[in-house]
Amino acid sequence: MDFTFTDDERTFREAISRFLMTEAAPEALREIWETDSGRSPDLRNKIAEQGLMALSIPESAGGLEMGDVAWSLMTQELGYYGIPDSLADTAYVSAGLINALPDSVSDRQGWLEQIAEGSLRIAIGHPVNPLVADAHLADFTLLAHAGEIHAVPRALIDVEHNPSIDSSRRLCRVMWEPSSATRIADAATGQPLWDQALNRGALSVAGQLLGLAQRMLDLSVDYAAQRKQFGKPIGSFQAVKHHLADVAGKIEFAKPVLYRAAYSLQHGSADAALHASLAHTACGEAAHLAARHGIQVHGAMGYTWEVDLQMFMKRTWALESAWGDRTFHKARVSDAVLSDGAALGPGHLFGRS
Amino acid sequence: MDLTYTPRQQAFRAEVRAWLVENVPVEKLASYDTREGFEQHREWERKLFDARLSMVMWPQELGGRGCDLTEWLIFEEEYYGADAPMRVNQNGQLLLGPTLMEFGTQAQKERFLPRMAASDDMWAQGWSEPSAGSDMAAVSSKAIRDGDHYVINGQKTWSTRASFADWVFGLFRSDPESSRHHGLSYLLVPLDAKGVTIRPIKALNGKDAFAEIFFDDVRVPVENRIGDEGQGWKVAMATAGFERGLLLRSPARFQQPVRKLIELYKAHQTEADRDPSIRDAVLEAWAGAEAYALSAYHTVGRIARGDKIGAESSINKIVWSELDLKIHETAMRILGARGELLAGAPQGGDVDGWLEGFLFAQAGPIYAGANEIQRNIIAERMLGLPKA
Repeated sequence: MDFTFTDDERTFREAISRFLMTEAAPEALREIWETDSGRSPDLRNKIAEQGLMALSIPESAGGLEMGDVAWSLMTQELGYYGIPDSLADTAYVSAGLINALPDSVSDRQGWLEQIAEGSLRIAIGHPVNPLVADAHLADFTLLAHAGEIHAVPRALIDVEHNPSIDSSRRLCRVMWEPSSATRIADAATGQPLWDQALNRGALSVAGQLLGLAQRMLDLSVDYAAQRKQFGKPIGSFQAVKHHLADVAGKIEFAKPVLYRAAYSLQHGSADAALHASLAHTACGEAAHLAARHGIQVHGAMGYTWEVDLQMFMKRTWALESAWGDRTFHKARVSDAVLSDGAALGPGHLFGRS
Repeated sequence: MDLTYTPRQQAFRAEVRAWLVENVPVEKLASYDTREGFEQHREWERKLFDARLSMVMWPQELGGRGCDLTEWLIFEEEYYGADAPMRVNQNGQLLLGPTLMEFGTQAQKERFLPRMAASDDMWAQGWSEPSAGSDMAAVSSKAIRDGDHYVINGQKTWSTRASFADWVFGLFRSDPESSRHHGLSYLLVPLDAKGVTIRPIKALNGKDAFAEIFFDDVRVPVENRIGDEGQGWKVAMATAGFERGLLLRSPARFQQPVRKLIELYKAHQTEADRDPSIRDAVLEAWAGAEAYALSAYHTVGRIARGDKIGAESSINKIVWSELDLKIHETAMRILGARGELLAGAPQGGDVDGWLEGFLFAQAGPIYAGANEIQRNIIAERMLGLPKA
């Protein structure tokens, strides 16, 4: 039993954090938001150079071969720095799905290599998501048809753009025709992979929400320490302190829930879906509260486009419902916990293998 | 990260489980807030001690079995999972015990810890005074040095089970000119000493759960002081950390009631589902206990790696006290009109001990440092916000 991260995992997280701190400062993100694509190929290339795209790709395809546990740290950094989610969709969720495809899928190895080097952008249209993020600029989109998996090139889909309150999100309704040419897995192979992808997507969102919560807390603490009213920093007032202390508590207690989910996914635990949904719920609550109290602490300034809080707040509200909304995940938790014979007794905290 | 138990840990779990199955009293013990129940619990504690299961983390020579924190978590899971009696000597075993381990002399450890592990000595806590609750540095009871003794005068209050306990530990002002957290000394006082008067205070449940302790020229020898004279605050702060942190409220203490809450909900589901928010509350309570348990394992891992755990213990305190309320409030909602019935009422059915737990949970956000104070600590020490 060891509920901690390896030195490799922690070192990599710190390196990515330092990198994003300078390369993805809020001013830079604001500029990217205002471009048509909403994406910066330059930033993405730099991130790939850091090795992030290769994180969970097997070594045989030029990757670092780390797993969901490492991603539970990395998605927090993606959230903290407000990096567009499509990056995690490609490097984590899609990469995981492709890696799990049978060897008979002839493009598999090539795709993995291209993801690792950062030259491939994949969108993923899971049935749980009504709209697909970044389908307009992905090289191909992974799409579901009755459990089958299709890899559909950009040229074969039509997209209809749906603007989001989160300016960094680019959501598309995707129109396409399934064909044997695009099918890479039949339903028997595909359905379990879609199920895993959903859990990864939920974990990815959960990690990002936790990172967002921490960012909103940090921004709010800074603001409360500087902003003066009645001749004192507002952060010295107990009512303000208590808002922020509550957020800190939610964040602290969501972390291990996220980490257990990552471990369960990585090791194929029978409870992976339950743990992923619980992580989504716990991290979502933390982020939701961080936004709610964040805007309160920022006062009227929090209601403006000018302060950075808005970017992370909107990202929170948008992401909360990506990869299964709160209702979906709570229902999954409810079904598992209230089912007959649910394994809830001593020794079952870390799930069934 | 490796979230599987080692063979050694599994063997320990199996051993503890087997012993508990064999030994947990079938008949529930009387409340330890009564003289009769207190002595029944003392007997149970001695039985645990004889099996070297009373203080599993303490070293062998002091009455324990040298378990690490993970094994302690396993022990607690099995202990509560087996519905074993609540621990009556927590003030001693969980608060004073670790303090003695850290600040006590070898002689003090040998004198007090084995007897504490066996519950031969039961301990009460002497922090609070009528004017020093959350503001503990306002302590005014005096302990004035007179040769190789201190002479104590003053009053302590809210001392849990002091009506029945054998000893009290607490902070006393040994420098009469001092103020706030300076000039305090940490003393251990036998409750049968000449000049000690105890007046029980009835809690919400009508039982003598607390007491006031009056000190009238009580003489205690200097060797009953932990740490240096005037350094009591530092020692007490360590104890307060244990109190808010993990040790006092192991996650298993909430995991087990949550499992029972789920059973209670399922047994009355048709009635309960008329208010859909009850089901939500059940799941929230379960999720809260789950998060608290995971957090405990996470913290244990971090401690093993050498991390220092600081203001997080204040977060812990808020979480477990609010979780306890959530669990019991939800149970009361499920029980509905029967919720007010005392255990054993003819029409009580499965009211069990929910009401007792509900009453006790009301105190959680107040004792061990009120939650408002914990939030201030988090904001100032963890988040770095300015003091008022």
